[in-house]
Amino acid sequence: MPEITIDGQKIEFNQGMTILEAARSRGGDLVPPTMCYYSKLKDTGGYCRTCIVKVEAESVKNPRALPKPVASCRTLAQDGMVVKNQTSPEVLEARAGVVEFLLINHPLDCPVCDQAGECSLQDLGYEHGKMDTRYEFKRREFEQRDIGDKIKLHMNRCILCYRCVKTAEQITDGRVHGVCSRGDVAEISTYIEQAIDNDFSGNVIDVCPVGALTDKTFRFKNRVWFTKPVDAHRDCQKCCGKVRLWYKGEDILRVTARKDLYGEVENWICNECRFEKKKTAEWVIEGPSKVDRHSVVSANHYLAPEMKNDLSKLILNPDAGNNAGSSPLSKEQE
Amino acid sequence: MKEGKKILFEHIDVPGIEGIATYRSCGGYQSVDKALTSMTATEVVHDVITSGLRGRGGAGFQTGTKWNFLAKPEGVPRYLVCNADESEPGTFKDRYLMEKIPHLLIEGMIVSSYALGVNKAYIYIRGEYFYLYKILEQAIEEAYKAGWLGQNILNSQYNLDLYMHIGAGAYICGEETALLESLEGKRGNPRIKPPFPAVAGLYGCPTVVNNVETIAAVPYIVQHGGEHYASFGTEKSTGTKLISASGHINKPGVYEIELGLPVEEFIYSDSYCGGIRNGNELKAVVAGGSSVPILPKHLILQTPDGQPRLMSYESLSEGGFAAGTMLGSGGFIVMDETTSIVMNLHTFARFYHHESCGQCSPCREGTGWMEKILHKILDGHGTLSDIDLLWDIQSKIEGKTICALGDAAAWPVASAIRHFRPEFEAYIKDPSAIKKFSHYNEKYKIAETAI
Repeated sequence: MPEITIDGQKIEFNQGMTILEAARSRGGDLVPPTMCYYSKLKDTGGYCRTCIVKVEAESVKNPRALPKPVASCRTLAQDGMVVKNQTSPEVLEARAGVVEFLLINHPLDCPVCDQAGECSLQDLGYEHGKMDTRYEFKRREFEQRDIGDKIKLHMNRCILCYRCVKTAEQITDGRVHGVCSRGDVAEISTYIEQAIDNDFSGNVIDVCPVGALTDKTFRFKNRVWFTKPVDAHRDCQKCCGKVRLWYKGEDILRVTARKDLYGEVENWICNECRFEKKKTAEWVIEGPSKVDRHSVVSANHYLAPEMKNDLSKLILNPDAGNNAGSSPLSKEQE
Repeated sequence: MKEGKKILFEHIDVPGIEGIATYRSCGGYQSVDKALTSMTATEVVHDVITSGLRGRGGAGFQTGTKWNFLAKPEGVPRYLVCNADESEPGTFKDRYLMEKIPHLLIEGMIVSSYALGVNKAYIYIRGEYFYLYKILEQAIEEAYKAGWLGQNILNSQYNLDLYMHIGAGAYICGEETALLESLEGKRGNPRIKPPFPAVAGLYGCPTVVNNVETIAAVPYIVQHGGEHYASFGTEKSTGTKLISASGHINKPGVYEIELGLPVEEFIYSDSYCGGIRNGNELKAVVAGGSSVPILPKHLILQTPDGQPRLMSYESLSEGGFAAGTMLGSGGFIVMDETTSIVMNLHTFARFYHHESCGQCSPCREGTGWMEKILHKILDGHGTLSDIDLLWDIQSKIEGKTICALGDAAAWPVASAIRHFRPEFEAYIKDPSAIKKFSHYNEKYKIAETAI
């Protein structure tokens, strides 16, 4: 089996896998962060440049180093390839640069953003960004828009990952939205103010890594870290019906698809399940969701390092810190 | 003084050369005759390889090697696309060539298509060149009528259809994969490589994309042989190159030079640029279109080790990016002592900001940021740390983007700071220094010697 070395670890992979896929097959710190790549969709990735890595040797046959860092999500792994991710200061510096670029025009309105707490950009900013911004100009601004009666487009927050465009293209019939204009005024837009209207359009909310596309039935209802995720299913004619319900007390505030370790949707769900079934009686409850994903809030990232050390002594179960909804912070707030 | 060899422009001044009859009487289409009747496709490719012809669009990649890379799977069509989306600021050579001698391009397209086994070829021309589109359409029609295009050309069983496509005014569509996307009718976003167009290009089929000037050089190579072409120029930069000379010189225009001509001779000789306007002092040169690093006088006239710098791929890049530049597309912009490098850089930065496609984050956000900082400096609100910030931003764009536009936006900034840092500092310390360049607001007075 071919073998690739990432940050000194040898990983066996199947021919045709990208560097990122090979890294994910091992897991852990050597996995580069991603913003635009989405394993459930075809042809995603390559745009955000957060997953760039340094290739020290291309392959057994051609052991030369590549002159430029490459996007790991789009570069095929090769036998004998040697890749540096975490271990290359050059990569970390470049990645910090990408984070800065992604944030200069981002409104940083996390306190009023529904995505806060499960936002990939928050995670990325915390883990790979710098404390300060050097940007001192006016940020670009767009009007907020409704695309359909259930979806809000908040273009200011968009990082142009193209995920929603690819989702619409690949899982729905006839995409009616896309990217208009170019450069830093490029925007997600519908075809002449057309509403996005089909049974699976709601999935664009789930694939959006930031708060640019939000669920209007959940907007401003609650912070995500105050809600409890529960896995449930129902017999649906249109989709698999396997969803995640987000409870506040007895009420279902929101329905989303189930997401995996990397925050990617496991099964696409239809709009009926997502927007209209908000009564417990309509669902068969499976039990609390196991959320492995470390969001900024659930992992106490917002605390200063010294505070985090103090708190960690209080945590009896060391795995608790990785569970959304069961971290000390959310316990206190409950 | 010895006039350099003219290959593309040999007959450019013949009246009526834009029509097929005159073009034919000057020896036009002979290479098609020769290739189709007496040469195999492999022989033509071999000739191009031995000629050492390098891509004239900017990157300078060996054309023969590129042709050799073209995948040839059974039952899949192949395409040749001519990149006539000449949008690099400071470059206007293809425009002149297509306007004056359109049949040369068409002849080149036929021979190249034959060599590559292509039956459908495209010329992608920028929207602003609409008048050239009409000229070329006219020429294509003439070529069809005369039997140089269409079915069974010269009874050789070889078929070729040539189509024109007009862009809609985006610089990025000059990047080969963005061009292919645009040609397919999509948004002109560069593709992520690999796969390269030689494997999966237009409509997913193997495709070669070449610049107008590259393709126009092929007929001569086929007719006279690759070795003969390689006898012009230098060892690594063979043949001739069109240079679009502009800026503060007495005779701006398009010149065909034999590669290896000293830069000093090119600027000061009366056969070429004819010296700096008003007898002014040379300050800096952008040697290959706005994307390449700017060089101050002492580095453009001489290499770092004191040799005279020559107009060739290898000599201009001598010294790396610290002290060298690139031949690029041959957009030779000369600046005299009255030029403000910072203002010039702001213009370039504004251009790249405007033209970034917005696909990948470093270029989308970084180009705008650089422009804003430069604007701030010119407004008199700059700080010395802004220079370091500019440097840092460009270093985080360069090499980290999908296509070369990121590099193209970063290099001018890097080189301007590297070679002209005191000028930036002067503006920041004393904003009134900008007033020295108040003539920027006046209408340009063009020297009488300039035609």
